[in-house]
Amino acid sequence: MGTLDTSPSNAPSVAPYDLPDSRGYFGEFGGSFVPEILVPALGELTNAFDEALHDPAFQARYHSLLRDYVGRPTALTFAERLTAHFGGARIYLKREDLCHTGAHKINNAIGQILLARRMGKTRIIAETGAGQHGVATATVCARFGMECIVYMGAEDMERQRLNVHRMNLLGAEVRPATSGSQTLKDATNEAIRDWVTNVRDTFYIIGSVVGPHPYPRMVRAFHTVIGEEVKAQLESREGRPNPDILIACVGGGSNAIGLFHPFLDDKNVRCVGVEASGEGLEGRHAATLTLGTPGILHGALSYLLQDDQGQIELAHSISAGLDYPGVGPEHAWLKQSGRVEYISATDTEAMEGVKLLSRTEGIIPALETAHAIAGLSQIAPGTPHDELIVLNCSGRGDKDMQTIAEAL
Amino acid sequence: MSHFSDLLSQVSKRGERSLGMFVTSGFPDMKATPDLLRAIDAGGADFIELGMPFSDPLAEGLPIQRSSERALKNGVTMQATLAFAKEFTSQSETPLLLMGYGNPVMRYGISNFFRDARSSGVQGVILPDVLPAEDSPFFKAAKGHDVDLVCLISPTTPEARMALIDEMSSGFVYAVSVTGITGTDTGDASPILSYLRQAKATMRKNPLLVGFGIRTAADVRQLSEHTDGAIVGSALINHIEALWNDISISTEDRLKSVETFVRELKAGTLAL
Repeated sequence: MGTLDTSPSNAPSVAPYDLPDSRGYFGEFGGSFVPEILVPALGELTNAFDEALHDPAFQARYHSLLRDYVGRPTALTFAERLTAHFGGARIYLKREDLCHTGAHKINNAIGQILLARRMGKTRIIAETGAGQHGVATATVCARFGMECIVYMGAEDMERQRLNVHRMNLLGAEVRPATSGSQTLKDATNEAIRDWVTNVRDTFYIIGSVVGPHPYPRMVRAFHTVIGEEVKAQLESREGRPNPDILIACVGGGSNAIGLFHPFLDDKNVRCVGVEASGEGLEGRHAATLTLGTPGILHGALSYLLQDDQGQIELAHSISAGLDYPGVGPEHAWLKQSGRVEYISATDTEAMEGVKLLSRTEGIIPALETAHAIAGLSQIAPGTPHDELIVLNCSGRGDKDMQTIAEAL
Repeated sequence: MSHFSDLLSQVSKRGERSLGMFVTSGFPDMKATPDLLRAIDAGGADFIELGMPFSDPLAEGLPIQRSSERALKNGVTMQATLAFAKEFTSQSETPLLLMGYGNPVMRYGISNFFRDARSSGVQGVILPDVLPAEDSPFFKAAKGHDVDLVCLISPTTPEARMALIDEMSSGFVYAVSVTGITGTDTGDASPILSYLRQAKATMRKNPLLVGFGIRTAADVRQLSEHTDGAIVGSALINHIEALWNDISISTEDRLKSVETFVRELKAGTLAL
């Protein structure tokens, strides 16, 4: 723990996981599919990021902010009553919900704003779906006194009004994306159009492991602190760094990558990503890896929800943070290579997950996290008592109370 | 040099500049596209770009976003666009290009797309989110099927990369006038002109055409001074949208108005 470097430790005899390649490809996925205007900016960003990774002063600044501002390391909570509920493996919760602003998203926002400042950029833009990344970005912009514009789908602004108020209070300007489906996909289009227009002075803080190279690698690097902490915490609690099973929800996939990545070389660690299947896989859903096909969206080649003409289809999930028709290219690769299993949970199953964690552990999870709990309900029963499961409790449910109240 | 770039160079040698006009396939309705292609041709465009609509066109401003949404609602498909292209190219010598985004092409099948574009008489393809690379399946397929794949440069492109793009591009090099999306106001012309002059001096292989934010014959004249021509898209889309939204205008008059609109822009490319 304590380093941003993503190079794997304790590598077994097999070749260490060293993706993406120098052009941002994870196998056939990833890359850079952007207007030529952005090419120099992405090159400049790649260089600045690589320099920062190897700069002890940058590392020290990043980790001191994670400690003193975000509140890291976050707790690893033994879920005693949840473990008893399933009667199998011992279940731990990685408490990203305890991070400042209420979700893991702030880890990445801190990393990227430090990079923006290092690069001399004066204006910050971001996209947001549920509003958690927007709040995290508005928060770090307030902390560093920088101009902040957050693009948010007009429909999402309605669903997540509390987060819009939070961003405004923090001094950010929230601009509604009114095109297309008026959700995260369209907010991302608008943010990219803003970046194309203002590329010289603007830094685009992308909120997940999506987008053109180097974003998937960079956002991953700023979230691997999650998995690194789990390793150290398990070592001291259970006498071994590796659990048997890791579970996390997957929308774009940043909290899952942050948890999984430090364990990818340890093939005995089973990694499970849980997508949102909305109304069910037969109906409207957001299960991109489960039912999608390869294609290009928002600067990268990955799995997408699209029709036979290559037009992007609308995703649906009760969770605004998972309501996205794409997914990070590294997840596409991890699915294709078989290293990570991807399962899905419906809106209804996620609501059961909210209730279960609230009533067994006194923790109200975000609707995104509730999908991981629903995945746990599929995985945990029947697992041996001496096994360990770590579930990434990626965010807290305060922001979702209205949706939860309406659904229950 | 491709047949198409040769043609553009001929225009420059006459002391003229080339005018390219963009129109979205299936916009404002499916039956308008063949008529609009003929009207643009009759107005004197040197080539036409037929837009292949995409749900998420991230380099486009509002006019082309709206026209794409409308065309998709009209049910336009890649097959329909290729059929429009075939119908037009069988009746006119004016070169036709297709412009769109990587994903619908990938979904169609990259190689199949360039094969079918070729057999539909299409001279070239422009995909603003597909970057030039030797091993890109898009560039390989374009070359394999003898279709020009036009690359773009922008005001942020360093000179060394401009040279590389010139090397990878075929047909012409598309100079984006400003850092921005289509339809952006170009504002002060002088930095654009110096960028275009430098870009033109860098080109060894291809003609250079400028686009984005060009609205009037005066814009065409001014911005194409140091290049081989100009491309107009959003302004035509706005013009068409206004004509079709006014139900008092007959189809015949609408098409005449489009023809006149193009003829006026073309005047900006002629020697004074």
